[in-house]
Amino acid sequence: MAIIRAEALSKTYRVADKQPGLAGTLRHFVQRRHRDVAAVKGVSFTIEAGEMVGFLGPNGAGKTTTLKMLSGLIHPSGGSAEVAGYLPQRRQADFLRQITLVMGQKQQLIWDLPPLDSLRVNAAVYGLDDATARRRIAELADMLELGEELTRPVRKLSLGQRMKAELLAALLHQPAVLFLDEPTLGLDINAQARVRAFLADYNRRHGATVLLTSHYLADITALCPRVLLIHEGGLFHDGSLRELSSRLAPCRLVRLELEEPRPAADFVSYGEVEACDGRDVRLLVERERLTEVVARLLATLEVRDLEVSDPPIEELIGRLFRQGAVA
Amino acid sequence: MATPGRTAAARTGLLRYWRTLKRFWGSALASQMEYQVNLLIEVVAMAGNLAGSLLLLWLIYGRGQQLGGWSLEEALVVLGIYTLLDGVSSTLLRPNLGAIVTQVQQGTLDFVLLKPIDSQFWLSTRTLSPWGLPEIVTGLALAIGAALRAGARPGVATILGGALMLLSSVVILYSLWFVLATTSIWFVKTWNVTEVLRAALSAGRYPISAFPAGLRTLFTVVLPVAFLTTVPAEAILGRASSHWLLLSVAVAVAALLFSRWFWRLALRDYTSASS
Repeated sequence: MAIIRAEALSKTYRVADKQPGLAGTLRHFVQRRHRDVAAVKGVSFTIEAGEMVGFLGPNGAGKTTTLKMLSGLIHPSGGSAEVAGYLPQRRQADFLRQITLVMGQKQQLIWDLPPLDSLRVNAAVYGLDDATARRRIAELADMLELGEELTRPVRKLSLGQRMKAELLAALLHQPAVLFLDEPTLGLDINAQARVRAFLADYNRRHGATVLLTSHYLADITALCPRVLLIHEGGLFHDGSLRELSSRLAPCRLVRLELEEPRPAADFVSYGEVEACDGRDVRLLVERERLTEVVARLLATLEVRDLEVSDPPIEELIGRLFRQGAVA
Repeated sequence: MATPGRTAAARTGLLRYWRTLKRFWGSALASQMEYQVNLLIEVVAMAGNLAGSLLLLWLIYGRGQQLGGWSLEEALVVLGIYTLLDGVSSTLLRPNLGAIVTQVQQGTLDFVLLKPIDSQFWLSTRTLSPWGLPEIVTGLALAIGAALRAGARPGVATILGGALMLLSSVVILYSLWFVLATTSIWFVKTWNVTEVLRAALSAGRYPISAFPAGLRTLFTVVLPVAFLTTVPAEAILGRASSHWLLLSVAVAVAALLFSRWFWRLALRDYTSASS
């Protein structure tokens, strides 16, 4: 059963159109002009309970806006959303008990107090009795490898420790749906890996549905079998990362090291020559022709070394975002 | 009692709010205890304010003049109530309502809106600064002491009426402040608006009849300063008419309802316009 459903979800913001400088400010004051900016344009998808889905897109693509619409913080200007059987924008208490939103740039823990104090506040707000709260805090702290950090003021924690405590606070009520907006932002590699491992573990244990955005593709590759790629407000891809990469580049990269140098013209029949530097050659070969081409290369030429790889996905996505146009 | 399940749910709902409030204030006290020097600062500030007001009253009454037909002792009741209200502001209103602007600016309001609890309750009670308590005690002592010296011999009804008026004035002050803080959703920087409010409210140090007619109308109808200090003082002195008592309660209830309506209105805009 689908736990998240978005149908033609759209959001248009009205922004003030103001020229810079004092004159512009005055003109704006007298005659207000507004411009509509479409942040999300008719995005549709469904997510099944227990899925972990990655949400990709460049800055300003509409990822955060979509997460905010799904969690009920902003109203869609078009289309509809349904999460756990509720209309998010109504923010009914029973709906809010089932979801959580973690934002990498914002924190809910009280700065001057140990995380434990904020956790107790959350436990009271969600109506957990003391025994349940204690049990859950112990379980999550164990999974997150948090110990005495919970009794130290938040301001004295490292960024990684703080993020883990934020996750604990966000998951205390055992939500069924997790919206995570850049949960690993600014963390070092080790801390990122630990947060990632925790999320996978949490998903396994509680069957929670996770929708995650991240700048770090490693988060997505490690956690999400399915990826939604938002580009210029629209849904560009819905499927696995592998499908995405073959769609972005229906080619594989073949690197050759030859015994004897050869001119580039010799390789035109095999595929697109990306580089030819005497003995080192790089070719882009269509996926369907790969085995045939490799066999032919090995049969015709004296090859010292041959390596086949996918063009790096970061590069492909980066290229897509830079181009601006959708292939 | 046709729906026992519902009453039980309501009870556990209230219980949850009560337990939440205890956690709110418990954690607030814990964090404030690290800043004991604030106690000294607040007490000194209060002493300074109070001394200034007392000096002014002494100068006026020392020359045989009166403030709007109030004796010195009666005027001191007003000053006592003003001090008490200022203490309530320092303890509850300023720490909580002042933080709303910050929450809007930093976007942490989102966390509050996603909690299964009334957001106005959360924003209004989240924290507590114990350092305003001396001011509350001083104000109460001044008001009661001055009332007794003014010859008031209150019965149970007067005491209850006075307490009700004090509660009304706190509710009115809270509602005004909350509405002003709410405007930060549209204007983001509202702190100076609440400063204007504080300045206007300092008029509540003196009986409302001491002001010229124009200001008197302003302080009764537009900014209900009269209901904040003068009406409760008259109630404590046992000379408030039941009309004023009822009107005061009505203004308090209306102000509270208006603040809730206004907050919902602001949230509707926040959720449809914010990014």
